Amino acid sequence: MNRINQKLKEDKKLLSIYFTAGYPEIDDTVSIIQKLELSGVVDMIEIGLPFSDPLADGPTIQASSTAALKNGMTTEKLFKQLKDIRPFVRIPLIIMGYFNPVLQYGVEAFCKKCQEIGIDGLIIPDLPVDVYDEHYKATFEKYGLINVFLITPQTSDRRIRYIDSISTGFIYMVSSASTTGAQSGFGSTQTDYFERIANMNLKNPQIVGFGISNNDTFTQATRYAKGAIIGSAFIKHLTNNGANSIDDFVSRILNL
Amino acid sequence: MKNTYNINDKGYYGEFGGAFIPEMLYPNVEELRQNYLKIMAESSFQEEFHQLLKDYVGRPSPLYFAKRLSEKYNTKVYLKREDLNHTGAHKVNNTIGQILMAKRLGKNRIIAETGAGQHGVATATVCALMGIECIVYMGEIDIARQAPNVARMKMLGAEVRPALSGSRTLKDATNEAIRDWINNPVDTHYIIGSAIGPHPYPDMVTRFQSIISEEIKWQLKDKEGKEDPDYVVACIGGGSNAAGTYYHFLDNENVGIIAVEAAGKGIHSGKSAATSALGKEGIIHGCKTLLMQTKDGQITEPYSISAGLDYPGVGPLHSHLYKSGRGEFYSATDDEAMTAGLELCQLEGIIPAIETSHALAIFEHKTFQPDDIVVISLSGRGDKDLQNYIDYFKL
Repeated sequence: MNRINQKLKEDKKLLSIYFTAGYPEIDDTVSIIQKLELSGVVDMIEIGLPFSDPLADGPTIQASSTAALKNGMTTEKLFKQLKDIRPFVRIPLIIMGYFNPVLQYGVEAFCKKCQEIGIDGLIIPDLPVDVYDEHYKATFEKYGLINVFLITPQTSDRRIRYIDSISTGFIYMVSSASTTGAQSGFGSTQTDYFERIANMNLKNPQIVGFGISNNDTFTQATRYAKGAIIGSAFIKHLTNNGANSIDDFVSRILNL
Repeated sequence: MKNTYNINDKGYYGEFGGAFIPEMLYPNVEELRQNYLKIMAESSFQEEFHQLLKDYVGRPSPLYFAKRLSEKYNTKVYLKREDLNHTGAHKVNNTIGQILMAKRLGKNRIIAETGAGQHGVATATVCALMGIECIVYMGEIDIARQAPNVARMKMLGAEVRPALSGSRTLKDATNEAIRDWINNPVDTHYIIGSAIGPHPYPDMVTRFQSIISEEIKWQLKDKEGKEDPDYVVACIGGGSNAAGTYYHFLDNENVGIIAVEAAGKGIHSGKSAATSALGKEGIIHGCKTLLMQTKDGQITEPYSISAGLDYPGVGPLHSHLYKSGRGEFYSATDDEAMTAGLELCQLEGIIPAIETSHALAIFEHKTFQPDDIVVISLSGRGDKDLQNYIDYFKL
């Protein structure tokens, strides 16, 4: 069974951490992953493959992507860095990136490489559900990869049902109409939305992302959802502290 | 009529096009996709659109027989005078159409991207006309080098927001406009300025610009007794004036389609915007098309002396015309374009935009027959480029 599905079965709220590969320093990728694993409380990691034009991202992740590319990060380099990551890291690993770099690498070659390394899933925000379904689903499945789709407060119930029917892991629930890192706290608009989705009884669990930055927002999101993803807030931590004191950061999120 | 080169019902031109957008944009783009053809077909829409094109923009734009230019190159050259439109370029045909579309979709806030500022000015203009809030994203570097157009937009009541990310030019202004739309999904319409972006934008923009070739047909009939020229020529950045100039001739293979891209300092100089020559199939700003990128799929920075052609991609229609061989693609260097622009001034008394000067440089690359009828889209006037011409020719 895919590590993501296994993890989703655990009876706990999940903490997933996103970071941009090759940031702050080119060789930080592996040590950040190891430190997140060693913390013992992080359940999943999203490794960001940097892109020159990250449309869905706010200023924090944009800046980290630009810096990572400047540091010399490439798709090939990322795969090299991750080559021996298993079995030192046992939690699910997901690569999150935009479609063009994947397309240029070759979708099948990319998926094959992911399987060799032990990547469990992909999040590609600008690969639309219908294109995936028609052209790429078979390839992803052949290499045992779970593709994760996003929904937003504006996504219609009908489309959410469709996305749920295509999904095989979890649904990435974007907390509000925004790019990454834009929120500061959740209001009733968000909690109404979280509740609405929870009441739909989807077959896939939901994990909330965008706007989770501290214990407060983590707790609010996971009251309704299976877990939450922290991206920009962690990148800010890396910007200020380098790849150090990662334990402190995740402890603060979970209020340990 | 065959329908080989036009868009198919899935939003593709051949293998190019589609809507590669994050889910956050799906409701907006889908709303537009479901409604744009229906709205455009409404008689009240057509009436208002054509009334404004006539009384406000000043259409039809003349189709002018360029006698001295024709003599020099020993062929029959007609210039389609989009430079005489209100705001000085073809851009306004699209912004008039899209503001009427936005109103019918119930939107009360407009965003746009701009490079040189022409599309920004055309958008600010129609927003003033309709009394709708307007925010234009413009790269910080472009703001510095296009000060007069920034001032125009401000006078027209628009807010100009600097794009501070990436290379701080057109590509990044487009990214920022898309991010704004993600953050404002309900009340906002994004007026894209070129025949690019996710479906239905390339098709919608092309249809609004197709007034250019619609007029060419009847104007040429008046002058030459036939609707079809032998060639239509246009410059291409994203490709909206070209799309409009070609539209009614796409499936008529008796009409040659010629595109001129910006070679910058030379195609292989590393400072170029000749996308068809240097680009590879990929995804940019929501569509699959030819774009300039590293082998790793990172989008690279183009260069051209013309800010309006300084874009790393090209509209999906044009990628299809290139790949299928329907279009002949050339590129003109900065020097060739500037020389051709000056030549037009001195032969015909018309100062063209530097973008347009690239189309005029076609005579450097192709020889036409004496009885060929060659229609060139004179997409914009050169007022905005005066400083560039001054610096280049040391005037």
